[in-house]
Amino acid sequence: MLFAPELILLLGSLLLFIFTLTANNNHARKMAVLIGIAASIVSIASINQNGFLFFKAYQIDMFSQLFKVLITISMTVVLLFSNEMKDITPRMKPEYYLFLVLSSLGLVMLVSSVELITLFVALELSSFSLYLMVPMRDDREGLRTQMEAGVKYIMFAVMTTGIMLFGMSYLFGLTGTTYLSEIADLLPKLIKEPAAIVGIAMVLSGFLFKLAVFPFHFWVPDVYQGAANETTSFIASVPKLGAVAILIRITMLAAPEGTMIVKLLVICAICSMFYGNLAALVQKDIKRLLGFSGIAHAGFVLLGLLTLQQEGYATSIFYIVGYVLMNMACFLVLCQVSKKGENIEIADLSGLYHRSPLMAFTLATGMMALAGIPPFVGFMGKFMLLAGALQAKQLTLVILAALNTAIAIYYYLSVLKVAYCDQPTATDAIEVNFTTKALSIALILAIITMGVIPEQMLTIANQAVAALL
Amino acid sequence: MDFLVMNEGFPLLSVLIFMPLAGALVTMFLPSESAARAWALIVTTACALLSISLYTGFDASTAQYQFGEHHPWISQWNINYTLGVDGISLLLILLTTMIMPFCVLASWNYIAKRVKAFMVCLMVMECAMIGVFAALDFVLFYILWEAMLIPMYLIIGIWGGPRKIYASIKFFIYTLAGSVMLLVAIIALYLTSAPHTFSIPMLMGGQYSSTFQLLVFLAFFLAFAIKVPMFPFHTWLPAAHVEAPTAGSVILASILLKMGTYGFLRFCLPITPLATITLMPYILWLSVVAILYGGFTALAQKDMKKLIAYSSVGHMGFVTLGIFVLNVQGIEGAILQMINHGVTTGALFLCVGMIYERTHSRELDQASGIGKQMPIFVTFLAFFSLSSLAFPGTNSFIGEFLILAGGFSRNLIIAGAAIPGAILAAAYMLRMLQKVIWGGVDNPKQKLNDLNGREMVILAPFLLFVFWIGLGPEPFLSVMHTSVAHLLEQVASAANSTAVVGLMP
Repeated sequence: MLFAPELILLLGSLLLFIFTLTANNNHARKMAVLIGIAASIVSIASINQNGFLFFKAYQIDMFSQLFKVLITISMTVVLLFSNEMKDITPRMKPEYYLFLVLSSLGLVMLVSSVELITLFVALELSSFSLYLMVPMRDDREGLRTQMEAGVKYIMFAVMTTGIMLFGMSYLFGLTGTTYLSEIADLLPKLIKEPAAIVGIAMVLSGFLFKLAVFPFHFWVPDVYQGAANETTSFIASVPKLGAVAILIRITMLAAPEGTMIVKLLVICAICSMFYGNLAALVQKDIKRLLGFSGIAHAGFVLLGLLTLQQEGYATSIFYIVGYVLMNMACFLVLCQVSKKGENIEIADLSGLYHRSPLMAFTLATGMMALAGIPPFVGFMGKFMLLAGALQAKQLTLVILAALNTAIAIYYYLSVLKVAYCDQPTATDAIEVNFTTKALSIALILAIITMGVIPEQMLTIANQAVAALL
Repeated sequence: MDFLVMNEGFPLLSVLIFMPLAGALVTMFLPSESAARAWALIVTTACALLSISLYTGFDASTAQYQFGEHHPWISQWNINYTLGVDGISLLLILLTTMIMPFCVLASWNYIAKRVKAFMVCLMVMECAMIGVFAALDFVLFYILWEAMLIPMYLIIGIWGGPRKIYASIKFFIYTLAGSVMLLVAIIALYLTSAPHTFSIPMLMGGQYSSTFQLLVFLAFFLAFAIKVPMFPFHTWLPAAHVEAPTAGSVILASILLKMGTYGFLRFCLPITPLATITLMPYILWLSVVAILYGGFTALAQKDMKKLIAYSSVGHMGFVTLGIFVLNVQGIEGAILQMINHGVTTGALFLCVGMIYERTHSRELDQASGIGKQMPIFVTFLAFFSLSSLAFPGTNSFIGEFLILAGGFSRNLIIAGAAIPGAILAAAYMLRMLQKVIWGGVDNPKQKLNDLNGREMVILAPFLLFVFWIGLGPEPFLSVMHTSVAHLLEQVASAANSTAVVGLMP
């Protein structure tokens, strides 16, 4: 059953499609959660599968299966904590879940794709679902910000998709094949040619867009702000897993002579970190803040990729998993604090400690981890990324990255300060249901455990990358 | 592992580190606030009592690290959980464990809101602080070093004074900005060592080029100088001290500042000896500037906490002076002065806290003339002030004497330039004392109660240590002697292997 996780998601989305016809809102959500849980279980069960499908365009190995596990679990977590999808237009709820599952399906297929056309189709499947989910927010205030966000998202995405396709045609033109493994065999001889560099760089841009790396970050703040809280929770975490997986596959094409590609990545990393952190300093809307912080973290992830070595790739995987965990911890809190699905400003979090100690603690753990303070996972990830980059002789980059950690502290701390030290503006306690409580405790434990005992996850990540080489 | 005397049986250091952490976890489930107070006192006292066996079981005749524990942790990166103490860290661990119960006692009434959370913060702090002094692996050290910031940030940020937010964020960002460079240096050391290791004792024996040493030293220096804090990196300190609650100020002054100087001793001297010797004159001058600057600024303060905070800048200047004169008297004096400053300044902050609980002000003018109403209190205060200004017979006298003796044998001019610092200390301390005891008696004031039993119990042990170290410092000096000699050997051997022989004594 090489195709089992995909099959579950595919059948699930078909089921959800039937729901859209009957329009029974509550059942749609339960169904989506069930699909998520089933897909997670099946992908965990099939983690050791190996093989090829579809004329070798689709590869099942440790690497792809690990990412499938991560993607399906993250999707389920988002579904679980976003209880009622408060700000999704009610009549669209079944469709919303349908696209959510479809987008995950696209991502799950993406991480297994080892051929350019398959890669493109999978990417578009996941992306188009997202383009549709963004404007589905209930337009309560009549501002139509979600429309603006949706349009921006799709416009920028179409542009980068075009660039990516163009790049793919370069690679095809140079090597005469669309299979990544064959390209990898032929490319080392051609890597000094401008066409090859341009080709790889253009293909990379499509996925750098997904990861929100500078200069492909333009969509982030508006989409994060304009989309519903739950949608943003999804966009901010799950697609990034897929993006990292493919970035690893593509950068591997450049190894080990691709110094030009490394240079490009270094520049992207530095710009992302500075732009993300400096812009985050002045944000008031917490989703925008997390968006900019995400841009900065994407820069950090590149630190592992640009080493072009197994350890670096493994650290990148470790880091992105950690990032998804801490990001989810923050979004979980936002979804609870936002009563009617409205956007949350930092000021709205004031005195959160008095309203719900658990939510405040979850937020604190997430923020501290994002800031890279030990003993949380964010520190371990940063530490290993910096070590790897230093080993790759990128001293300037490492110092700039370290400097960025210090800048970032300020805005993460300000959020904490508001939550713990300020007096509450709204005094009512925040009601948190059992699932959310359990989820937040699980997230806190995961963030701390991965920070204190990173070995297990690292080993898995290393094995996954080793499966690629 | 020949540098480490492995621990047979009872893992004393691990227990000392994790006991407060376990205590903190239990606190969360306690039913009432008074139970949290009592529990915190029990845990910290148990820790203090247990740490005495560290002293009694310590073999002062060897420079090896003792009570060693070694477990693999993250094998992919060769990161280990390695603990051990030598004569230098032993005293600092003892200082930490001894101070903590008094911090709990000092917060007994002072902290009125969120008592549980406060006690949790205190105990997490203790865990991290003991760990920092016991860690022999760089990553373990760094994690604990940084982890300490969170509870301290909360202590200042939640229970602090009116400008607590400003102070806590400034404290956090300053110290963190310094320590990220420390992290880069640690990674660089790891990558340079062969085979790659984070083990601190193994890195001490490494041979590094002078340029590399200089870069690593500068990164170390930035982190530690901010923590000490040395002039001109001190600007976070007065704000943090003034806004922190009493226990926070005591921990900051008594223990956190020592981590900077401990870092110099533990890392800069043995790992980057060449850079240390090259930069020594500049750091000595910087220390002198700190001593004089701290003294003059303290003289101008109206707020008692600020006064003591700035006096700390001066006193810590003496400590860095002692460390970087690089001879036995200087370093032993510096370590003793670290303990002394912990005892004396901690006690002074406790005294200010007691005044504040009564008058709700830290202004010197508001506290003037309380001697008549609080004779016992001012007696304590007088002794601690005398200790702070290094009066013969008190602890600081021994420390400053040793430092200056070491200083004069290194460089007459630099040591001479530091002398006015001692006079300035006398000036600002006596000025404060005069004002508090006799100043403005007609100051209309509510009736102030003298110290109660709890408060006397808090202050009396500090007084005991002031005179114990002052009159018979031998038990303290003998513990560190071998370790200090070994440290200097490490520096000297590195120096001898190059052209800078003439510099060493």
